Amino acid sequence: MNTMYPMSPMNPTNPMNPHMLESGVVTVDAGPVHIAIRSTPPRLRDELDELWHHRELFYFLAWRDVKVRYKQTVLGVAWAVIQPLLTVVVFTLFFGRLAHIPSDGVPYPLFAYAGILPWTLLAAGVGASASSLVGSPSLVTKVYFPRMIIPGAAVLSGLVDFLIAGVGLGVLMVRYGAHASWHLLLVVPIVALILLLTCAVGGWLAAVNVKYRDVRYVVPFFMQIWMFASAVMYPASLVPQKWRLLMAFNPMAGFIEAFRAACFGRPVDGLPLTMSVLVTLACLAIAARTFRNIEQTFADFI
Amino acid sequence: MRPMIVVDRVTKEYRIGERSAAYGTFREAGPRMVRRAFRRLLSRHADVPMFQALNDVSFEVRAGETVGIIGRNGAGKSTLLKVLGRITQPTRGAVDLYGRVGSLLEVGTGFHPELTGRENVFLSGAILGMRNAEILRQFDAIVAFAEIARFIDTPVKFYSSGMYMRLAFAVAAHLHPEILLIDEVLAVGDANFQKRCLGKIEEFRSIGRTVLFVSHNMASVLRLCQRVILLEGGRLVADGLADHITRRYLQSGTGSPAERVWSEPHEAPGDEVARLHAVRILDEHGRIAPTLDIRRPFRVEVDYWALRSGTRPTVSIHFVNEESICLLVSNDFNNRAWWRTPREPGLVRCTCHVPGNFLAEGQIFVLAAVCSYNPDLVHLVARDVVSFQVVDRSEGDGVRGEFGGVWPGVVRPMLEWRAQTLSADSPAIASHSAVESLES
Repeated sequence: MNTMYPMSPMNPTNPMNPHMLESGVVTVDAGPVHIAIRSTPPRLRDELDELWHHRELFYFLAWRDVKVRYKQTVLGVAWAVIQPLLTVVVFTLFFGRLAHIPSDGVPYPLFAYAGILPWTLLAAGVGASASSLVGSPSLVTKVYFPRMIIPGAAVLSGLVDFLIAGVGLGVLMVRYGAHASWHLLLVVPIVALILLLTCAVGGWLAAVNVKYRDVRYVVPFFMQIWMFASAVMYPASLVPQKWRLLMAFNPMAGFIEAFRAACFGRPVDGLPLTMSVLVTLACLAIAARTFRNIEQTFADFI
Repeated sequence: MRPMIVVDRVTKEYRIGERSAAYGTFREAGPRMVRRAFRRLLSRHADVPMFQALNDVSFEVRAGETVGIIGRNGAGKSTLLKVLGRITQPTRGAVDLYGRVGSLLEVGTGFHPELTGRENVFLSGAILGMRNAEILRQFDAIVAFAEIARFIDTPVKFYSSGMYMRLAFAVAAHLHPEILLIDEVLAVGDANFQKRCLGKIEEFRSIGRTVLFVSHNMASVLRLCQRVILLEGGRLVADGLADHITRRYLQSGTGSPAERVWSEPHEAPGDEVARLHAVRILDEHGRIAPTLDIRRPFRVEVDYWALRSGTRPTVSIHFVNEESICLLVSNDFNNRAWWRTPREPGLVRCTCHVPGNFLAEGQIFVLAAVCSYNPDLVHLVARDVVSFQVVDRSEGDGVRGEFGGVWPGVVRPMLEWRAQTLSADSPAIASHSAVESLES
C-alpha cells in the first residue's frame, strides 16, 4: 500500500491514516448536497442556482481568454485600441471624405468611432461565443458546469477590449473638443443592454453551431450585413422615414444611436430604444429556450 | 448506511450514426428531415433507428462503497459515467446523487498551454467546481503534491508531459468530493501516474468516501472493489461480489477475449460505408487464441461489411500494451494491389500476419479501425476490441534463451548475431566483474 502512494513531503505518514488526509481539508459545501439528474431539462430556478454557484467560473474563463489573446503579441492590449482606430481611418477616408456622409454635426472620425466601439463589442462577442462551445470540446465532454458559462465568458472577455478601446474614445473626444455631460452615464446601461443582446445572439449561435457547423460560415457574412443595417458608419437620420419602423426591429441600430447620443450629450430618442430593449428581451428568451433544450446533449455532438 | 448514488431505470439512446457522424450541416439536415417526416407519415412506429448505450439500468451505491464497473467496449460503462457526471442527459430514468461529485476522467481539463502553472491551478480548479477561496487555501498543498514548486510561474507549455500530468492530477486530487467517478481508460499517462491514480482511489476508500471505478483491468478492480457491476450491451447483467462477477465476466460472451463478433450490421460499430463484423486473434493452426506462444506466428482477422461500392475503406490495427503504449500500427493498404481496387458491397476479410519472435510478453489489446483516405474519413474505431496474452515459456529456444529474469522492451525480435574471434592473444586482466552489470 505504501509503495503505491507517492511519498511527497506533504504526506510523510501512512496515507491510510484518515486524520493525516483530512488535515487542512475544509469542505466549503458543508450542507447535504442533492443532485437530481432527470431526462427533462432542469427547472429554470435550479439552473439559475447552478449559474450562481459557478459565477466565479465566468470570471476565470473570461480572464483566460483575455490573458491568452494578447500573449506573444508585441503590441499587447494596444491592439484593442488600434483595431477600431484603423477602421475609423478607413471609414473617414471613404465615407467621410469621399462619400460625404453626414454625421449629425459631429466630426466624422469621432462619430464613426462612437459607432464602431459598441459595434465591435457586439461583433467580437458574437463571433467569440458562437465558436466557443465547439472550440472547447474537452470542457463540454469531460466536466460538468452550466454550459451557458462558456459563451457567456466569451462575451465577457470582449468587454475588457471595449473598456480599453473606450480610452481611445475619450482621447478623440478631447481632441475634437466634444463636451461631455451627465448624459455620458447613460453609456453604462446601454452597454449592459448590448451585452445582453450579444449573449442572446452569441449563445443561440453557439448552441446551433454544436449541431450544424454551417454557423461558422454564416456568421461573418451575417455580421457584415448586420453592421450595414445598424447605422455604424452613417447616422440613422439618413434613413428614409418609411424604413425607420423596419430599422427599429434591429436593436443594435437603436443601441448605437443611444450610445452616440449619450456620448455627445444629445437627448436619447425613447421610442426606438424601447423597441430595441423589447426585441433584445425577445431574443434572450428565444436563445435561452433553444439553449436549455439542447444543452444536455452537447456532449453527444462535439 | 444511506445511499449516495441512486440510479433508477436509466436509458440513454443515440440515433444510429449520431455518434460516428457527430455533426451535420444544414444541407444534409434538410433532406434528412424531409425523409424522417415522410417515414413518420407512412408509419407511426418506424421511427429513426436508435442505439441504446444504456438500457434500463438501476442500482444503488451506499456511502463508503467502492464499486467497479466492468464490461466490454460499447457495454455502456463510459456512457454511465457521463450520465452520472452530468455531462450528458439520460433519455429516460432518473439519477439522484447525495454528495459533491468529482471525477478523475477530467485530469487536465481546461489547462491552457500559454498560462503559467499557478494560473492553470486556479483556472482548472474553478472548472472542476472549486471556489476561489478553496483553491487559495489548498494552493500550497497542490503545488507540493505536484512537486513543481520551482516552475509554478512558468507557462505550462514548457513543462514536460510528466510535470503537466502531475500538476493536473494534483488539482483534481484536491477536489475532495464525496462521490468520485473514475474512468481508467481515460486516465492516461505513464505507469507511475497510473499508480498515483490507484493510490488516490485507495485513499478515498480508506476515509469512507464513495467511489465508482470503470476499468478493464481485472487486477485493479479486484484489489480496490468489494462490489462489481457488469454491463453488457447497455444492460446491467450482474451486480455482486467482485470475485464472482469478474470470474463471470472473463468467461462471458463468446467465451474468449480473442474473438468479438457482431451479427447484426446495424448494431455494429461503423457508418454507411463500413461496419465491423468480427475481429479475431488466430494462432498458426487457425484456432481462436487468447494466449499465444511468443515464438509462434499468429494472425489478426478483421471482417467488415463494405456497404457502398466504389469506396476504398482500409483496415488498420493497433497493438496496445497494458501501460497504454501503442506498440505498432499496421494497415491493409500495405497490400497495394488490394488497396487500389475499389470495394464491392459485401463482407470483407482482412488478415494481418504477425511473425513469431516479435512481440514482448504480456497482455496486448487490439484497436481495429476502418478509414478512408482522400478525403480522410473514419468509418469506425473499436478500441480494445480483442485482447491476447503473449507467453514466453522460456524453453531455451526463444529470444531470452535460458535467462529467467526481467527482459525489458516492447518488442522481442530474434535478431541475427554474427560473432567471430578476431585474434588469439588476450590481454591479461584480473577477471571478476564482467557478469555483474547484466544481473543488476
